[in-house]
Amino acid sequence: MKFGVVRFPGSCDEVDALLAARRVSPAELLWHGDRDLRGADAVIVPGGFSYGDHLRVGALARFSPVMEEVERFARAGGPVLGICNGFQVLCEAGLLPGALLPNTSLRFLCRQVEVQVTGRPTAWTAACAPGDRLSLPVKHTTGRWWAPDPVLDELEAAGRVVLRYAPEANPNGSARDVAGVASAGGNVIGLMPHPEHAVDALTGSQDGLCLFRSVLEHGALVAP
Amino acid sequence: MAGADGGVTRMRVLIRPKAGILDPQGRTVERALPALGFGGVSNVHVGRLVELDLEDPGRLPELCERLLANPLIEDYEIVAPPAGA
Repeated sequence: MKFGVVRFPGSCDEVDALLAARRVSPAELLWHGDRDLRGADAVIVPGGFSYGDHLRVGALARFSPVMEEVERFARAGGPVLGICNGFQVLCEAGLLPGALLPNTSLRFLCRQVEVQVTGRPTAWTAACAPGDRLSLPVKHTTGRWWAPDPVLDELEAAGRVVLRYAPEANPNGSARDVAGVASAGGNVIGLMPHPEHAVDALTGSQDGLCLFRSVLEHGALVAP
Repeated sequence: MAGADGGVTRMRVLIRPKAGILDPQGRTVERALPALGFGGVSNVHVGRLVELDLEDPGRLPELCERLLANPLIEDYEIVAPPAGA
């Protein structure tokens, strides 16, 4: 199984995502200008400031050539993980519901947070037990996930809210403490916290590894 | 340049946060105003202004929907600048 990690101009977490993915399986970088996923079996859209965050976070990256292929891959059931800016890009692309708004505090946040695994198992969370608490870093200015209440009701009913900030520890004001959501098929997920920065005890937590392991162990269930 | 000089039309698009979605920028500006002596100011919202010259202004709504605004979280309004502007 091979991971492909997208690199946009302005990405900054693609190398950490690559190294995190390589802890469980081979991985290589994909360039934003290529219409080619190089045979990747799972795609990671990493964090950063793609296209300088100009106009609106994720708005320009969403139209890059590689994203046409990522969209096709995702709509065919391929596993896709969007982290932070990658989450913003996947929401803009319509692969995930909702949108990301500026943090309520309007401040850039950089801290370790506790998130709880919730909802139904997905390609990227199946190796974590429901209710598991993961310690993951967040670092963002535009991380307040929002969707209209009826949409959020539907997502909750369908088990598609897959990560939530621990009670009273919501760092950005996201609706109902949502930290991550899944597509209807469970193959695409997006989250604001950074599992790729939590894969080594040296930096305080290895809790992020379970996302990468999930797709290795369970991604085939939903592979195209 | 306003009007149809050079076969293009100058247009403006105003983009603002949708009503009902918390707008912390607007709220922060609103809270700052009394200290500057501007009382009685409410409902402050901060959005963006995009100006563009278009050969085919008829395509502007589509352009707004696809790129300039995210219709889930933002409203947009197309404005033709006043003549002579």
